[in-house]
Amino acid sequence: MAVKMAITSTRRWTVLAGGLTAAAMALTGCAGGSAGADGGTKTITWLVDNTETALTNAEQIAKDFNAANPSIKVEVETRPQGAEGDNIVKTRLSTGDMADVFSYPSGSLFHQISPEQNLVPITNEPYMANVSDSFKPVVTAGKEIYGVPVSTGNAGGVLYNKKVYEKLGLSVPKTWSEFMANSRKIKDAGTEPIIQTYQTTWTSQLFVLGDFANVAKAEPNFATDYTANKTKYATDPAAVKGFEHLEEAAKAGLFNEDFASATYAQGLEKLANGEGAQYPILSFALPELKKTYPDKINDIGLFPLPGEDASKNALTVWLPGGVYIPKSTKNVEEAKKLQAFIASKAGCDSQTNAVGANGPYLVKDCALPKDVAPAVADMLPYFEDASKNSPALEYVSPVKGPALEQITVEVGSGIRSAKDGAALYDEDVKKQAKQLNLPGWN
Amino acid sequence: MTLNTAPTPTAVRQLPQTAPAKRRKGKSPYPYWFYLPAAVVYTALFLVPTFASFFFSFTRWTLTDFTFIGLDNFIQFFQEPALLKGLTNTFIYGLVTSVLKVILGMLLAVLLTSQIIARGYLRSVIFFPVLLSSIGVGIVFTVLMDPRNGMINEALAAIGVQGPAWLTDPAWALISVALVDVWKGVGLAAVIYIAGIVSIPQEYFEAAKMDGASSAKCFFNITLPLARPATATVIILSLIGGLRSFDLIWAMTKGGPGFTSDVIASVIYKQYQAGFYGLSTAGNVVLFLIVTAIILPLSMFLNRKEVEQ
Repeated sequence: MAVKMAITSTRRWTVLAGGLTAAAMALTGCAGGSAGADGGTKTITWLVDNTETALTNAEQIAKDFNAANPSIKVEVETRPQGAEGDNIVKTRLSTGDMADVFSYPSGSLFHQISPEQNLVPITNEPYMANVSDSFKPVVTAGKEIYGVPVSTGNAGGVLYNKKVYEKLGLSVPKTWSEFMANSRKIKDAGTEPIIQTYQTTWTSQLFVLGDFANVAKAEPNFATDYTANKTKYATDPAAVKGFEHLEEAAKAGLFNEDFASATYAQGLEKLANGEGAQYPILSFALPELKKTYPDKINDIGLFPLPGEDASKNALTVWLPGGVYIPKSTKNVEEAKKLQAFIASKAGCDSQTNAVGANGPYLVKDCALPKDVAPAVADMLPYFEDASKNSPALEYVSPVKGPALEQITVEVGSGIRSAKDGAALYDEDVKKQAKQLNLPGWN
Repeated sequence: MTLNTAPTPTAVRQLPQTAPAKRRKGKSPYPYWFYLPAAVVYTALFLVPTFASFFFSFTRWTLTDFTFIGLDNFIQFFQEPALLKGLTNTFIYGLVTSVLKVILGMLLAVLLTSQIIARGYLRSVIFFPVLLSSIGVGIVFTVLMDPRNGMINEALAAIGVQGPAWLTDPAWALISVALVDVWKGVGLAAVIYIAGIVSIPQEYFEAAKMDGASSAKCFFNITLPLARPATATVIILSLIGGLRSFDLIWAMTKGGPGFTSDVIASVIYKQYQAGFYGLSTAGNVVLFLIVTAIILPLSMFLNRKEVEQ
């Protein structure tokens, strides 16, 4: 009896141990970016965000890269956008579960993924010679460079419907008061003057983020002082303007009536149809407009968010995101070949092919086609002259608070005053600065 | 194996005094290894994370490394501007949902225990929303509650009422989500009440009727007091649910517009999303303490009353 007992209990243990091992394997072996070799071809994975533009872009690059390097196949994976996607990237990096290459924003968000710890430095790779010098600082941590630019430079400004402007005989505003005067005229003509779409919360930030070029031109040291905790949004007269302009436009009743429940897609629709005249937004919207309203893209133009001084009218510029290699990959050589392809003329052509040219590339020898959309043409003069643009604050300072979009929704909806909103944002950024252990914040 | 421990006559005689004492000392009917799988799972999935979270709440944590910073996270968490709003909202939400679930659940249960046609069908219909996923319910109601094109406001407009901007008006957003939560959860409350009411002996009602008691008297003097255990269960379940509510709010408003419908859980989640892992862990520790501080005395109070009965 005792013998029989021993056997059954041993068997149970075996079953139990087997079950636990299987469970553990299932838990740890979750979809990794592992590469499989079959018949001499290697497959590497590339993680991009799930916007239509990013995906189309990446798939075209993957296809053209494979044509140039038949032995390497690139598989494109997607992740959600925004804070949720940031979190996935951070988690996958820290668990060593990242794809072989991945796209991620440059600037302050890049600093939040601990580049020195997680990424493969590529400072001395020959293809870095192709990368524009203005891009290198936003993917540099310590002394090393970690990424190549994918997609084009963008702008945060006002997209406007040229037909509405023509019909009312308006000209592009160079100062804030001209912008307000235009908006009132548009309102009187029965069109929605300023489109706001607070159901898609990030779109509410443009009045503040897109105003940064004006801040930088008025106070060239703002970014440095801001990083060192020496100046604040609430107390700096130039910086608080963004919040005040948002409040002023809201109080004047210049937004579309359904601003609180409208979405980004609805905002683009209003703009394209001329139901709304001006939409402060990122120029990332252009490829989407082109795809959804191909016959309307020529009606859309772009101007910078105007400040106080017409002579300093400058555009706030968003630099492209980077493509990085995590230290966890086993296919560094193949990944570097993909980076080299992206940072080459062939890479730019492939992207223009996929989604059209939506701004200047930051790769040498990449010319834009002659027939760019009018809004892109509006942007280019600002890009070409450094005195007429400034990178957005997130590219020149790692300090960026996560709650700005909620705060600007509150200011734009009249729930909170501009002064209060700016002060609340100053509180919000403290957390980020402390998490990054920046000097001057503890 | 149990054959060896067959009781001797002396043991039988001593049984009345010794056996209960022995059992209390931990003489279990099962061998110890029998507990091992459960213990391993419990330790790995509950004990370790609980203590780890207490530890990490005192650190600045990036998932890969951490710096010990004492109480800084808690100080930072309590300075969080959205926190006060989140706390008040959490209590409002918990209170509104549990009160409505108690009242509506009770009324529905009385209706569904009476002699009406299609009772079984109606009982299952009321329970269906409980089975739905919160995220799905949230997405559907976001569409229904759209201020301009939503079905609810269109229906109200048809009878000449101008409906509010349910989810985008700061004064309404939290209440709207709470109402959806009640719609989704009232079925469970009703089922608990149905069980409570059905278990009340019919004799009481018959006796009361003989004495000429009205229906209202029967309800207030028989059903209500004797369904007290059910009320206690419903209150505790819906209060816990309300205090840690997150999924519906996140699916419907993401705490917005602005911060107006933020609850503690969504404040913590946003901190976690932003990568402030230590800070959000500290927030969870605080949430744990708050929920315990409310539920523990409440549950003791409600259960004591039950025993006195």
